Amino acid sequence: MNWNTLLFGVFPYIALTLAVGVTAYRMVYRPFSVSAQSSQLLEQKRLFFGSTAMHWGLVLVLLGHLLALLLPKGLLLWNAVPVRLYLLEITGLGLGFWALVGTYVLLARRISVARVRAASTGMDYLVLVLILLSALSGVLTALFYRYGSFWFPAVMTPYLWSVLTLQPRPELLLDLPFWIKFHVFNFWLLVAVFPFSRLVHVITVPLGYLLRPWQIVVWVRKLAR
Amino acid sequence: MKVRAHVSMLFHLDKCIGCHTCSIACKNLWTDRKGAEYMWWNNVETRPGTGYPTGWEDQERFRGGWEYKDGHLDLRLHSRAQGLFRLFFNPALPSLDDYYEPYTFRYSDLFTSPEGEDQPTAIPISMITGEPMTPGAGPNWDDDLSGSPLYAANDPNLKGLDPEVQAQLSEIEGVVFQYLPRICNHCLNPACVAACPSGAIYKRAEDGVVLVNENKCKAWRMCVAACPYKKVYYNWATGKSEKCILCFPRLETGQAPACAHSCVGRIRYMGVLLYDADRIPEAAMVPDERLVESQLDIILDPFDPEVIAAARAEGLDEGWIKAAQNSPLYKFVKVWRLALPLHPEYRTLAMMFYVPPLSPVVATVEKALRASQGNGGLVRLDLPESNLDFELYDNLEKARMPVEYLANLFAAGKKELIVPILKKLLAVRLLKRQESLEGGVTEKALRVLADAGLTLEEAEAIYRLTTLPTLEERFVLPPYHREMAAEVWKDPLAAKGEAGFGYVQPPVRGE
Repeated sequence: MNWNTLLFGVFPYIALTLAVGVTAYRMVYRPFSVSAQSSQLLEQKRLFFGSTAMHWGLVLVLLGHLLALLLPKGLLLWNAVPVRLYLLEITGLGLGFWALVGTYVLLARRISVARVRAASTGMDYLVLVLILLSALSGVLTALFYRYGSFWFPAVMTPYLWSVLTLQPRPELLLDLPFWIKFHVFNFWLLVAVFPFSRLVHVITVPLGYLLRPWQIVVWVRKLAR
Repeated sequence: MKVRAHVSMLFHLDKCIGCHTCSIACKNLWTDRKGAEYMWWNNVETRPGTGYPTGWEDQERFRGGWEYKDGHLDLRLHSRAQGLFRLFFNPALPSLDDYYEPYTFRYSDLFTSPEGEDQPTAIPISMITGEPMTPGAGPNWDDDLSGSPLYAANDPNLKGLDPEVQAQLSEIEGVVFQYLPRICNHCLNPACVAACPSGAIYKRAEDGVVLVNENKCKAWRMCVAACPYKKVYYNWATGKSEKCILCFPRLETGQAPACAHSCVGRIRYMGVLLYDADRIPEAAMVPDERLVESQLDIILDPFDPEVIAAARAEGLDEGWIKAAQNSPLYKFVKVWRLALPLHPEYRTLAMMFYVPPLSPVVATVEKALRASQGNGGLVRLDLPESNLDFELYDNLEKARMPVEYLANLFAAGKKELIVPILKKLLAVRLLKRQESLEGGVTEKALRVLADAGLTLEEAEAIYRLTTLPTLEERFVLPPYHREMAAEVWKDPLAAKGEAGFGYVQPPVRGE
């Protein structure tokens, strides 16, 4: 087994197992520990620039990746016209850069604002560093190895599907440049850290709020039955 | 008709001496923890003033409560979609500086300082960072109007008052203030519940207590902004929201909440109110001037056979119905109409009630008389006390604490709701003073009583419940029968010999 297989063929399964198993355990048996851990109370101004940029940047960029995973052919068809390719790439790069700047602001804020520092744990820093590296390697990839949306469906989509369908083909990544490999491994690292960190709040996005009634009334008596 | 019971509190502001014993009892019991140092589930404010957090009544800024427009009742904070959109940053959230940075003192310095010329001092340090700091604000920083040109002048409730009246409020030697103790209002139409994206906050149907399910709370912190009273707090250490729980563990074991029980002035009353849950929306959706009336309308008469039957049908225990009938709240709120909710215009249908204060009224007329006599100070000797009293009754609009101000606090600006209450309170006071000065009920006192709309029996009952109530008369607590509820959850015999039920996870921050 070489490094490539270990990092991209074996490690993803360790990461995914942790992500699913530990998250499920935590949601069921340690619900109190699940929280977005907002620090807006302690500092507002820098959080506004950091949090908004990082969250929206990451959400949209991740949706782009997901789109390429689910509809690779659609993406290629879209890219068939150069203008549309440029548009997509510029948008993606812009969002990635936005997320990068946002993450940097958040990390700098966490280190330099005394109140926020006092409320931080080691994991808070680790998560921010990993996200910063992820955004950085992503932006570098987009800049140096153009055009991502063009080669992603050919290389990354089959690789990701091979992992998800339990027939891993890490050799697909063997010849890729360092920054792309780094980006992929960093992703699996984030997946592994996910259940042990505040990242777990991602799966608690309260979409149910759109549908639930305004008021919630609970009968303790009836609950008990 | 869907009859439900609500355990409510009443604050008789005439009796509040602003000693903060309630706040300390609450702090010692519930918020003496990391992350909760800055929280005061119970606090006492000096009014006029900006309160705690500073300027909480400024809903243009903090966006709390509900807005009634074009037949729709909407959160002032956000629509559902906006709520999700603002998860990453909520512009209406107060920051810690709107409350204050909690601090303590480094007492160890008193013992460890090297020997020297000066007395050692314990320097103030932040309870968040542990670093030395200079305290610049606190939950009662404006107590008794300290710094009042700054605090009192910024009180949002002064809007709509004549500049002349406003100036009069802060006159040298004639300055006036009152106290306003506040806990969570455990509203019938709570905005915090409606604003929570996770659906973690709920109202208990049995007694109306509004609680945060800490296991469901995900720190989206919309409740903090949505509560117009700013009575939900965010614990920065655990990443969970917390609020006044009306001491439900005490209620369930037949004890009044710590704030009420420890009250030195005995200003607090606890009791059950029956209300019609079906009519909550209709009560919240009327124009401002009818809000108080519509809220009092859905509070039901516990002696009405129809209401009793409906309450039984809803599964209400006989003990609760009896508690509702003996409730001091029902008497103050519905029978005597002496109490009002705080800021009804927020439309959350607050269920804690206030008897507006009367005492400061004395000062104005005294002062006015003093002025007309042209010799400072000794008016009381020149005038018979009885006349002074009646003079006051007829000149309520000249009251030292402006009626408009009280109306802004308790009646959505409607003076007509405050005046009858002040008249009733004053009439009772006149009656009792006449009794002690003249040796009995006088013709004059009876006339005033009739004018205020009170019978002699009612006045006597108000007097007794205001000044001479026993503990059992102040706190008429319903039987919760938690012993039965516990049996439903767990078999007590199976858990015999064990301490508590099951394993308790300490509430520490997750990673």
